Amino acid sequence: MSATLSKRAEELRGIIRVHKRWDAVFATLGLLAMMVGVLTLAALFAAMITDGVPRLSAEFFTEFPSRRASQAGILSAWVGSMLVMLVTALFAVPVGVAGAIYLEEYAKKNWFTDIIEINISNLAGVPSIVYGLLALGLFVYTFGFGQSILSAGLTLALLILPIVIVATREALRAIPQHVREGAYACGASQWQVVSHHLVPYGMPGILTGVIIGLSRAIGETAPIITIGALTFIAFLPPMPFSGDPPAGIFDWLFSPFTVMPIQIFNWTSRPDQAFHQNAAAASLVLVVLTLGMNATAIWLRYRLRKNIKW
Amino acid sequence: MTSTLTLPENAPPLKAESKKLDFYYGDFKALKGVSMPVFENKVTALIGPSGCGKSTYLRCFNRMHDLYPGNRYDGKIQLHPDEVDILDHAVDPIEVRMRVSMVFQKPNPFPKSIFENVAYGLKVRGEKSRSFLEDKVETALRGAALWEEVRDRLDEVAVNLSGGQQQRLCIARSLATDPEILLFDEPTSALDPIATGAIEELIGQIKDKVTILIVTHNMQQAARVSDFVAYMYIGELVEFGATSDIFMKPKRKETEDYITGRFG
Amino acid sequence: MAITSSTAGASLTTPTAKGAAKLAEYARTKAQRKRRERAIEMVLLFAACVSVFTTVGIVYVLVKESLAFFSHVPVWDFLTDTQWTPLFDDAHFGIIVLLAGTVTSSAVALAIAIPLGTIIAIYLSEFAGHKTREIMKPLLELLSGVPTIIFGYFALLFVTPLLQKIYPDLPGFNVLSAGIVMGIMIIPYVSSLSEDAMRAVPMSLREGSYAMGATRFQTAVKVVVPAALSGIAAAYILGISRAVGETMILAVAAGMQPNLTLNPLEPAATITAYIVQVALGDLPHGSIGYQTIFAAGLTLMLLTLFFNLIGYWLRRKYREAY
Repeated sequence: MSATLSKRAEELRGIIRVHKRWDAVFATLGLLAMMVGVLTLAALFAAMITDGVPRLSAEFFTEFPSRRASQAGILSAWVGSMLVMLVTALFAVPVGVAGAIYLEEYAKKNWFTDIIEINISNLAGVPSIVYGLLALGLFVYTFGFGQSILSAGLTLALLILPIVIVATREALRAIPQHVREGAYACGASQWQVVSHHLVPYGMPGILTGVIIGLSRAIGETAPIITIGALTFIAFLPPMPFSGDPPAGIFDWLFSPFTVMPIQIFNWTSRPDQAFHQNAAAASLVLVVLTLGMNATAIWLRYRLRKNIKW
Repeated sequence: MTSTLTLPENAPPLKAESKKLDFYYGDFKALKGVSMPVFENKVTALIGPSGCGKSTYLRCFNRMHDLYPGNRYDGKIQLHPDEVDILDHAVDPIEVRMRVSMVFQKPNPFPKSIFENVAYGLKVRGEKSRSFLEDKVETALRGAALWEEVRDRLDEVAVNLSGGQQQRLCIARSLATDPEILLFDEPTSALDPIATGAIEELIGQIKDKVTILIVTHNMQQAARVSDFVAYMYIGELVEFGATSDIFMKPKRKETEDYITGRFG
Repeated sequence: MAITSSTAGASLTTPTAKGAAKLAEYARTKAQRKRRERAIEMVLLFAACVSVFTTVGIVYVLVKESLAFFSHVPVWDFLTDTQWTPLFDDAHFGIIVLLAGTVTSSAVALAIAIPLGTIIAIYLSEFAGHKTREIMKPLLELLSGVPTIIFGYFALLFVTPLLQKIYPDLPGFNVLSAGIVMGIMIIPYVSSLSEDAMRAVPMSLREGSYAMGATRFQTAVKVVVPAALSGIAAAYILGISRAVGETMILAVAAGMQPNLTLNPLEPAATITAYIVQVALGDLPHGSIGYQTIFAAGLTLMLLTLFFNLIGYWLRRKYREAY
């Protein structure tokens, strides 16, 4: 009797050993898979740093692109990026926040609201180049904004609109119902509740969403190329609001321009090795900018959330 | 079921009364024909087991139900002396809420300063004068027995106060706008006994200046604090009368069963 | 029941004369206030509708130019021609050529993203400790946050030379290195959504499996993954949609030469890269070349719409399960 029992026990132990080996194999596989991602990031940064850091100097930021690689800089590119981001934010933030407020606080549950929500989630999955086509057909030609900062800013604003809307809705949803009730009980109107309470209390979440959206927008290339941003721009757009009033104030919006990702694209596409170094340097600047914005957003959310206790 | 109302001989003046009030959450009829007086400058307590409709009834008085879709009122709540029907569609709920204030079960101060909290109702009404607001805030905080504790830190964030202090702050916030009726929705159920005692004492102090309608789960509290009691059960008013009558010699068996703890 | 007015005197809660006047004034301005609230609501509604306008705009633009395109080029030719040479004198408009590029690059990318993404998701959800997850999740988010043009740079100037050491005949522009980099970029999309789906599986299911003596791997594969299947499938669909829509990595590293082939070792143009190529050049508005990018865009849109709908349906299904 004990012989068969111990034989059975031995068999079981053998099976368990085999299974545990599978466990270990898979755990290793998992680590290896993650290493692929980590190593890629490391290799990417290594490539950018080794090629790019030598090119990083004050002149790099203050020089225009040039036929001569050693003299080329990203001035027009980063100024262009900043101006485009300005337009993007000016459009995406009010429209996104207002739209989210409507959907969370005003909209009734009917087919019309459903259509709006389906549209928002659908647009989040549309490839960015299709936004470029929309911009080309509509903004550049039909509306006549031309191949300008205005077109680019509007396009990117539409692109990141779902991000801003979703972040704002989450921020509003996190505010407990009893705050709203307390405000209504004091005799506040719906808009007073929204503007006195909900938007101020939801600010951290909203800001986070906006910054993450902008960090996405600043790296977008395809839609901007499609609009027709030129790749060799050796001049700066007029400074905002600097032209002769009244119409001249908006000259900058209609100016041709370039942005960081396009400058990188241009330099990467040249066969000359020296330009590749420029591309590496510019990539480094762009990546640091993007990651910096993401990190700021996360830190902001953490910081501001600590002040509000429900 | 008919309600049994025992009204005192020299009835005090009426501040409000509900007349055959029905209320529907969607298809569910939560209040059935509730007709009840609310006497001026008196404390009326609503008691009854869970789900009897007392909070639902209370929230009709300041049109809180309007905030959520699918609710429907049927019947009237008449305010005296101007005979305005609170539930009339033509009456703006915001105006109602400016005359009828509410204190909630869980203290809900806004994440703003103490001063901003108390002044909020006035600001919503368009009051801008800083000196006027300061006066009103001080009066309200004194009325809520909170002034001495916070007079030096009016600009601090309200959420740092203790639970009992927060509730008194909410009371001050409601008092600042000189309401005609003050609704209390189980105001002490989230507070410890000492804070509860402070609130009950406060209710005793302010009642001769404002009409109070209070929902409470706690029968002893109702006995301590109120002048009149209404016992409700499954959406209907079973019995109404002076506190001493209801607790000592209830006329209805259902009331007596609930009071003595045989049920509920 | 007698009617009495409240006692006079400016005490705590007696409505003062000023208070009553304020209330009266408030009532008088009621119509004006109602109008203002309504106007504000309309403005907010308009903002919410911008997304609808965007979709309408996209459809309008794509359809309008495509109709113009199809008035010159028969749909049948578009779908069956085996050459894509729209700018030559003897122009051919076979979308299959570009589709081949899209399919090949997506296949390479997904061959990397789906297995690795799933393995990482299972590992993080079922095996990894808290510390590991805290480190890995931000790192993976970083991976998906790098602008794609930089991945393009990486593919062309780093991955291709590396691959050429292994396979010297590899052309400078090829779909393989673009596809590999694209795949790695898509890993976080697949792993993050799959992991969410797996973590939503209730602990009680896992406990049942462990109580039977199963190991972590067995539980993961036999219990958790099947339970989270529609969420995982939705993650895969997201990955496919992302791969099909990717532009810059391919524009930079795969060359922009339309090439009807499924061989990743050759250069090829995808639908997206073609649009970029045309946009870089100078095409007069209204020319046939200009219209081709919208026809290509329409095809792309239909493709991604198809996958998005499947993903949406799958996600709805998995949300209902719990």
